Amino acid sequence: MPYTEDLKKLIRVVEKTRPERIPRKRKGEEFPMISPEEAEEVLKKFHPDYKADGRRELKVGPSKGYKIAHEFADLLEARSRVEPNSVDLSRTDMETDVLIIGGGGAGTAAALLAEEQGASVILATKLRHGDANTMMAEGGIQAATKLEKDSACIHYLDTIGGGHFKNEPELVYTLTSRAPEVLMWLESLGVMFSKFPNGRLHSMHGGGTSRKRLHFCGDITGTEIMRTIRDEARNRENITVLEFSPAIELVLNEHGHCAGALLYNLETEEYLLVKAKATIIATGGCGRLHIQGYMTTNHYGATADGIVLGYRAGLKLKFLHTVQYHPTGAVFPEQVEGLLITEKFRGAGANIVNIDGEQFVNEREPRDVESAALIRECLERGKGVPTATGKVGVWLDSPMIDILSGEGTVEREFPGKLIIYKRFGINISKEPMLVYPTLHYQNGGLEYSASGETSVPGLFIAGEVSGGVHGENRLMGNSLLDVMVFGRIAGENAAVHARDKARDGKMTLAHVRAYHQELAEAGIDTTRVTPLLLPDYSNPELRKRQLTAQYGKSLFT
Amino acid sequence: MSAKDSKETGTAEKVKAEEVKLIPVYVMGKRYYVPETLTIMKAMEYAGYRYIRGCGCRGGICGACATVYRKPGDYHLCVGLACQTVVEPNMYLTQMPFYPANRASYDFEQLTSNPEEIFKLYPEVFRCIACNSCTRVCPMDVEVMDVISAIKQGDIARAATLSFSCIQCGLCVSRCLGELPQYHIAQLARRIYGSKIVPRAQHLIEAAAAVKEGKYQERLEALMKCDAKQLTEIYKAREMEPEMAGEDWAPAKRDYL
Repeated sequence: MPYTEDLKKLIRVVEKTRPERIPRKRKGEEFPMISPEEAEEVLKKFHPDYKADGRRELKVGPSKGYKIAHEFADLLEARSRVEPNSVDLSRTDMETDVLIIGGGGAGTAAALLAEEQGASVILATKLRHGDANTMMAEGGIQAATKLEKDSACIHYLDTIGGGHFKNEPELVYTLTSRAPEVLMWLESLGVMFSKFPNGRLHSMHGGGTSRKRLHFCGDITGTEIMRTIRDEARNRENITVLEFSPAIELVLNEHGHCAGALLYNLETEEYLLVKAKATIIATGGCGRLHIQGYMTTNHYGATADGIVLGYRAGLKLKFLHTVQYHPTGAVFPEQVEGLLITEKFRGAGANIVNIDGEQFVNEREPRDVESAALIRECLERGKGVPTATGKVGVWLDSPMIDILSGEGTVEREFPGKLIIYKRFGINISKEPMLVYPTLHYQNGGLEYSASGETSVPGLFIAGEVSGGVHGENRLMGNSLLDVMVFGRIAGENAAVHARDKARDGKMTLAHVRAYHQELAEAGIDTTRVTPLLLPDYSNPELRKRQLTAQYGKSLFT
Repeated sequence: MSAKDSKETGTAEKVKAEEVKLIPVYVMGKRYYVPETLTIMKAMEYAGYRYIRGCGCRGGICGACATVYRKPGDYHLCVGLACQTVVEPNMYLTQMPFYPANRASYDFEQLTSNPEEIFKLYPEVFRCIACNSCTRVCPMDVEVMDVISAIKQGDIARAATLSFSCIQCGLCVSRCLGELPQYHIAQLARRIYGSKIVPRAQHLIEAAAAVKEGKYQERLEALMKCDAKQLTEIYKAREMEPEMAGEDWAPAKRDYL
C-alpha cells in the first residue's frame, strides 16, 4: 500500500532537512564515525547478539558448552529424521566422485571446479538449483582490483576490522588475495558487471570499507552471478543436479571418512543413499530460523541444515554466537517486510535519518554497529518512525540520490527496488523508504581450513555454512566473494581428494546413533527432528484444526 | 510453532487485533477466505498451504512463484509473482512453479559474438510471430519481444541489456505462440555480451597478476602475525577514500599499495 497520510506528513519533515543535508553530502562532510570504544558499547547494549537471554549452552556434541542462540541450540539438540538402524547402507542408490550438498553460489562454483578436475559431480539441493541467498545478494562483490589505491592488504585490514579482529587470518588471507582472480573468472563466464566503456569496473564503498572496492551488476549482483554460473553448470555433462533432494544426514565409513549422504526426496518422501569419495557441505545460512523473532531477508530454504549435518558428523562450531542483522530491511509496506534494501543506496548518497529528519549515524559503519545504532535510535531515544502496521523504522532518504547524481539515477541503478515499490504506489526516487534491521547472515558456522577441508577426511565445506573468515561480523560484498573463492577451492580440492586420497570402506551411521545416545545421556528427551528443511508459515489457528493423531512414514500410510 | 513464525506473516494475530477484512480467493478453483492485505503467497499460507515448490526468495527476484489468475468479468489473463502480488476479491489463480523449456547446450569458451551461433543453437528464434504475448505476461516488465527482435537483428548487446531484469520464471515461454524458450536465449545473449562484446577489465588482469607474483606476500604475512591490539592501531589509521571521490582519487599513504 502507498504511504498513509500520517507517514506523508512525516516525509515532509525529511524533505525539510534535505536542503541542508545535500550540500554537506556534496562537500563530503559525513556524520562522524563511531570510535571503536563507543562501538563496543553500542553493540553490547543494543545488538541482539549480546542479549544474554537470547542464547544458551549446548548440552551435546563437539562444541558442548558453547553458548549460541536458542534457535540454533534447538536444531542441534534434536534427533535425526531417520532411525539409523532402519537405513540399509549396503545398497547405494547413486555413486559419484564428488557430492555437493546445496545448489547456491558456493555449491555451483564448487561443481564447476570439481568437474574441471575430471570428477563426476552430483549436486543435491533442497529446492531448485539456484534457490539460495546468493540469488538475493544485491550490493556487490568485494575485490581489491584498482592497484593505484587498493591492495589485498587493505582489503585484509577492512575485513578483519569489520570482524572485530577475530577472523581466522589464513582464511582472510585466502579470501582477499584470491578475489581478483575470481572476478576475472566471472567476467570470462559472461557476468555483466557494471563497467565504464573501456571495460574498467565501476566500484563503490560498502559499510566498513576504506576503499571503493565493491563491484556490482546493477542492483542484482547475486542474481546475475548465480544465473550465469548455473547456466554454465547446465553445460557440463558430468554435473548431475538433483533438485528437491536435501541431504538429511552425512554418511561416514569405517575409516572415519565422509562417504556421502542420505538424501530425502521432498516430493516422493523416499530416502536415497549417495556414495561419494568426497562431499561438500554448501547449504548456506539460517535466516528462516527468525532468531529472536527478527524478520529476515533470507531465502525460504535458509534453515541452517548444514550446521546440523556437520555437527552430528563431528565438526566444531566457530563464531556461531553471532548472526548479522542487515541495517536496512524494509518495514513498510507490510507486503515487503524484511526485503533487503542494499547498502548501495547509502553508498550512492542516501542519508539515514530519524523522525525529525536528522542524521544520527554515519551511513558506512560496519553492519553490526550500524544496526545497533538504528535500534538505539528507535528504542532508547524514541526517534523512530511508527509505521501504519505497528512497527517502527527510520528513513532511508533515497530521493537524495537523484538530486546528487541526476534525475533517473535511482531508476538506472536500482531498477529492481524501484519496480517492487512501484507496485505498492511508492516512488522511491521521490519518497524515502522506511527501514529497520533485519536478520541477514550467519557470520559463523562449521570449522574449516583455507583448503576447504574439515576435521573429517573427505568432508569439505564452503560458503555461509562455514565459520571463521568473517569473524564476528561480515562486511558487505564479502559474502559473494566468500562463496566464489571458497566454493571454487572446495570443489577443486574435493575432486583431488576423490582422485588421490579417498579410502573405500563400509558405510555407517554410527555417528548418528552415538549422537542420539549423547542426547539421552544429557537428559534431552525430545521428539524434535532436524534438519528443519523448511519453515512453517501456516496459520497457527488452522494448525489447531489439524488433528491427525499420527502419521506413518508418509501422509498415505 | 511459536510467535517467531508469525513474525513474518503476523497474520493470525492481526486478523484478531484489527478485524482485517477477509475476502474470497479461489486457489486452483477452491475458495478460501483470506485477509485482503496479504500477498498471494502469504494468503495461501494463511489458508493452510505449505510450500515445497512455488516459493523461493520471497523477495521478487528468484522466479519460483510465477502465478496466473483471472478476475471475474475480465477475460484477460493476469500474471504476477505470488510473493509480490496482493490478493484481490474473487481472483482465481494457480501458481506455475515449473514450465518445460528446452535449453541448448554449448561450449561457452568456443562461442564467439557472431549472432549466427545463437541462430544455430536456437533456430526457433525465427518462429517468433511478434504477437507480444511474452512481453504482456512478464512480471518484471522486460520487453521480451524486443529482446527476441534484437537477437533476430543480431544485436546481442541490446538483447542483453533489455533482458537484464529477467528472473527466468518461464511465464513468457508458457504463452509463446512461436514456442520459443525466451529466457534461455536471453541468458545466452547476456553471457556472450558480458564475456565477448564488452571490453574486459584490464585492471583485473593486473590485480590478479600482482597477487600471483607475490607483491603483497610479505606485508600480508606481517599482518597475519599482528595481534588484535596492533591490528586495531593499523585499522584506525587507515586512510578513507571519500564517498564522492572520482576514479582518479589516490591515497596519500602508500604503505600497503
